[in-house]
Amino acid sequence: MANPSAVCNGHLHHHHHQKQNNLLKSGIYKKNGITKGMKKNGVSNGTLYKKTFIEHFEQAPMYVAVFTFVGFAVGTIFGYLRDFMRAWGLEKRNVATEREQQKDFVPLYQDFENFYTRNLYMRIRDNWNRPICSVPGPQFDLMERVTDDYNWTFRFTGRTIKNVINMGSYNYLGFAETDVNALKTVTIELEKYGTGVCSTRQEMGTLDKHVELEKLVATFLGVEDAMVFGMGFATNSMNIPALVGKGCLILSDELNHTSLVLGARLSGATIRIFKHNNMQSLEKLLRDAIIYGQPRTHRAWRKIIILVEGIYSMEGSIVRLPEIVSLKNKYKAYLYLDEAHSIGAVGATGRGVVEYFGMSPDDVDVLMGTFTKSFGAAGGYIAGKKGLVDFLRAHSHSAVYATSMCPPVAEQIIRAMKCLMGLDGTTQGLQRVRQLEKNTRYFRRKLHEMGFIIYGNDDSPVVPLLLYMPGKIGAFARRMLEKNIGVVVVGFPATPITESRARFCVSAAHTREMLDTVLNALDELGDKLQLKYSRYSKSSHPELYEETRLELED
Amino acid sequence: MDVKSTKNFVFWLFCQFELITCSYLMEPWEKVLFYSFNICMVGMLFYTTYVCVAAHVGTALQFLWNLLGNQQENAVSVVK
Repeated sequence: MANPSAVCNGHLHHHHHQKQNNLLKSGIYKKNGITKGMKKNGVSNGTLYKKTFIEHFEQAPMYVAVFTFVGFAVGTIFGYLRDFMRAWGLEKRNVATEREQQKDFVPLYQDFENFYTRNLYMRIRDNWNRPICSVPGPQFDLMERVTDDYNWTFRFTGRTIKNVINMGSYNYLGFAETDVNALKTVTIELEKYGTGVCSTRQEMGTLDKHVELEKLVATFLGVEDAMVFGMGFATNSMNIPALVGKGCLILSDELNHTSLVLGARLSGATIRIFKHNNMQSLEKLLRDAIIYGQPRTHRAWRKIIILVEGIYSMEGSIVRLPEIVSLKNKYKAYLYLDEAHSIGAVGATGRGVVEYFGMSPDDVDVLMGTFTKSFGAAGGYIAGKKGLVDFLRAHSHSAVYATSMCPPVAEQIIRAMKCLMGLDGTTQGLQRVRQLEKNTRYFRRKLHEMGFIIYGNDDSPVVPLLLYMPGKIGAFARRMLEKNIGVVVVGFPATPITESRARFCVSAAHTREMLDTVLNALDELGDKLQLKYSRYSKSSHPELYEETRLELED
Repeated sequence: MDVKSTKNFVFWLFCQFELITCSYLMEPWEKVLFYSFNICMVGMLFYTTYVCVAAHVGTALQFLWNLLGNQQENAVSVVK
């Protein structure tokens, strides 16, 4: 629409003409009562989302995919060559093989996973399972490890590499610290209770510390009650079978964590998968479930439960909570939200994705989270209505059989949560949340400007940087370690085989200098290894990203 | 020092080749095998280009020459 105040052809009467048009239009307006004014473009689904939801999942240029396949082809050919040499005794066998008596049975190690492990993973194995020997704060110490026979065996030289910048630990708020003042209460509790509990929750393992912690968690999240467990993975895998069973339907996101998948499979319910963060796919599944019911009998499903995560740790994407809640209210389903990475890391005061989207915790039926990531401890919790938590106290496998959380760990969580809520009298908790937000924005913005392909939401502290080619995985991790920066690289099978990545976890404990060191190293390495695949890097139009994506390109 | 920058550039290019084809991850004897295979392939490519393409271009030129030659002769006869 032409701007009426612009000079058109320099003719003044044109302006008058336009003015007349406007009057005419307003005349129509007055007549029909229908406004013809231009509405300001808001965000689509504008009533659900209170702030813009920007996620990036850029696809790399075609030549990258071609080169990735070339790399895998060469690797596969050499894999077959080495297997042949091992089978015919030309090379010493270090791999797992069947015994002589088992040779006539079904072969054990011929599937793709074992082939991949033997021939491709073994070559770059030195980048994983690196033992550290200090607290995993913003910097840590590594034990130096060398291999004499190309990663089949390792030996320690006895030296330690000091002050390696830690870009891999889930230390979002920086509570993994050894400061004596900070750990004062924890040492007191350690001296009072010792370390072991030696019992399960239902026998003699419920301590007053657990009760205190559960009350605190419930207050923190704004729900009626909460229950804590000793292990985060076990919270998911042991409690989902208690909540759903046969005859129920589980709608689970494509990229859910293994603990959720294991819990869903153990429960015996029917599992259907919807595309990652794709609300159209979820709605279609919900409608089909309600219209057609159970597979053969066509009876209604006993329960329909939607399993999602707050932040997905491999993609860095945030769940579309407002849309899911509106869908669940419309179709009468239940929502199980796993906030392992998002509790403490997003939200104005660190209360997770529920606060991030400005929603009330009553919208979510089961709030689950872990204390491993943002609180520097171990364990998980499930929170919600009192009836739900009382049911879990009686029927959860974890409550009946698993040892409860040990008291010093519980005290660490209590002190971290009190710090976050401001109950210890300082604003340190809020400062940490703000610092994390600032660090996340800075890091992501700089990486985008440099031209790397980054996945995920602009507000998530998990930053996956795409590497694509298998040769670059090993090179990247090794060279970053030479520069004294520890990163986590991920390949198949945790990610799709062509999308290997390096995953950075930004922490509130990282100072600006540390982040700048890392960014400079990444810049240099990006040029040396040609990792800057993005086609949108030097964009002068920030509006390019201001759109809510309804469907992700696959 | 133009030689140095060219050398660096060639070395960088070789590094990229190593990364893309995963030969960065190979043990030395595998690298020797892989590179000798590649060099053989490239050598055969050049040889084929030299022999066949040269022969084809020669045949094409001869054909064209004949065409032009015939035209000249025909033109001369018509004039005569």
